[in-house]
Amino acid sequence: MDLKGRTVKLHDMSLRDGMHAKRHQISLKEMVDIATGLDKAGVPLIEVTHGDGLGGASLNYGFPAHSDEEYLSAVIPQMTQAKISALLLPGIGTVDHLRMAHDLGVNTIRVATHCTEADVSGQHIGLARELGMDTVGFLMMAHMITPEKLLEQAKLMESYGANCIYCTDSAGYMLPQDVTDRISLLRQHLKPDTEIGFHGHHNLGMSIPNSLAAMAAGANRIDGSVAGLGAGAGNTPLEVFVAVLERMQVNHGIDLYGIMDVAEDLVVPMMEQPIRIDRDALTLGYAGVYSSFLLFAQRAEKKYGVPARDILLELGRRGTVGGQEDMIDDTAMTMARERQQVSQS
Amino acid sequence: MNKIKCALIGSGNIGTDLMYKLQRSEILEPVWMVGIDPDSEGLARAREAGLKTTAEGVDGLLPHIEADDIRIAFDATSAYVHADNSRKVNELGVLMIDLTPAAIGPYCVPPVNLDGLKPGTMNVNMVTCGGQATIPMVAAVSRVQAVEYAEIVATVSSKSVGPGTRQNIDEFTRTTAGAVEQVGGADKGKAIIVINPAEPPLLMRDTIHCLTEDTPDQQAITESIHAMIAEVQRYVPGYKLKNGPVFDGRKVSVFLEVKGLGDYLPTYAGNLDIMTASAARTAEMLADTMLGSSTQG
Repeated sequence: MDLKGRTVKLHDMSLRDGMHAKRHQISLKEMVDIATGLDKAGVPLIEVTHGDGLGGASLNYGFPAHSDEEYLSAVIPQMTQAKISALLLPGIGTVDHLRMAHDLGVNTIRVATHCTEADVSGQHIGLARELGMDTVGFLMMAHMITPEKLLEQAKLMESYGANCIYCTDSAGYMLPQDVTDRISLLRQHLKPDTEIGFHGHHNLGMSIPNSLAAMAAGANRIDGSVAGLGAGAGNTPLEVFVAVLERMQVNHGIDLYGIMDVAEDLVVPMMEQPIRIDRDALTLGYAGVYSSFLLFAQRAEKKYGVPARDILLELGRRGTVGGQEDMIDDTAMTMARERQQVSQS
Repeated sequence: MNKIKCALIGSGNIGTDLMYKLQRSEILEPVWMVGIDPDSEGLARAREAGLKTTAEGVDGLLPHIEADDIRIAFDATSAYVHADNSRKVNELGVLMIDLTPAAIGPYCVPPVNLDGLKPGTMNVNMVTCGGQATIPMVAAVSRVQAVEYAEIVATVSSKSVGPGTRQNIDEFTRTTAGAVEQVGGADKGKAIIVINPAEPPLLMRDTIHCLTEDTPDQQAITESIHAMIAEVQRYVPGYKLKNGPVFDGRKVSVFLEVKGLGDYLPTYAGNLDIMTASAARTAEMLADTMLGSSTQG
């Protein structure tokens, strides 16, 4: 694979997707320290939001240590070159949250829907574009549909005003060929000036090969997370990816030692558990389940005595999508009851 | 027995499903179906069902209201035209039940606040599908003890969510959250909607979390929830408790499934069925009052 001379925009997820792994409890100081470190290392774009996007603060997904407003207000004024992005899932957050983020100086809004439901994003993408924001359509769980279907949905988001479309491997299920098939079709049929991005998870250990496949097929924005801090087995570890890009002579604008240090000195020490491919995270990737279900399933295992793996597999079988965290406890309780009935009979 | 005569405005899926429900009512009689396209399937179905029809919108209905003694109208069109429709029929003394998100009248969730409606109210709003499914549970907790915060998650099948809802999904979250407070009785409300494209389509699922101000009285809350479920089952037989109530500190969680009757809409669209069933139930309760007061008068 020859990517020599290509230019890529890397987007850090540690302060948004990483919120899942930290149960949304990152402190303001940690947030500011990491963002400042990334800014200094040359990372051009950093996402700062509740793990489930603006307005995600809830019993269902978890109340964060601080509100989106507090995090954004603390981080944005400290940035020297990095821009800040925010995630928004229609159905959870609203245009009111979007206006708030814009007023606080958020540069990039990423409007995320399940990969088949792009038509709920029209009002949010439309408004973000009207406000002059860098506007991204973020199609989640993109492994669940064919490249052709994904293209239809991408075109809807493009028609609402998105200037960049993401193929999002929320379950960390995709293999490089899956990424190539999807991104190349998007590149072939979206407007030439529409950017294409890829967001990976490391549940099958494929986040770096997948990100490279995405670039080779025409993506120019790649999400990663310093030290991999993210849901499931984490996102594409950004410092590792930077080193790979360095060897491939891709222009990325990031100081390798700088980002290594952020990973080692700031992010790893605050991890509540190692971000690795344990059996439950592996099940996410293997069964194609939304990565942020991981910790919920592990908690349900403790509460109801049903192995997290079994719960995740059942959620995959039922075709659950991002946002259905409430179904984890529900499924665990139902499974526990059924198993008790079987053992009694 | 004397029946209260009704008009249905909007001959789409919702209007058609509602028509079949009203035809089963002992005290309501659907007489008119109002559409805007003379060739629409909805108007044809209404004619087959024995209703009078007009394709000239609400203006086509107005000249017949007095002669046909129409007392209640249902609006299943859109928020954009609802205010106009409502004003026109209200002027002729017809009470309007609003199934659109316009919400110009008070929110109404039949087993929770219908009795408290001010006499003379001429427009009531049916909130949202998520609201109809979840607010009875919030109210079941808040009638036992104070609820500081209530949050509902409604998961619906992709096939059951029409273009109107999709184009303005924020309206769903805002309206539902508002009604969780105003009708459900929570100090603060939040609503989340998730759309799932699985095939075959999943039944509507609803999760309700309440944070009580003090330690929850588990027995009283459990009894109140079961009693409220029985109330809702009177008009939505497929309203079913899947799990819970689960008590965790001050958090009370209830997990529901809503299966539709399948009158016209498919059974998985419990979210649409609970809207038409709630509207019919509301009309029946209001018609009861009308019949009562007319015999007295």
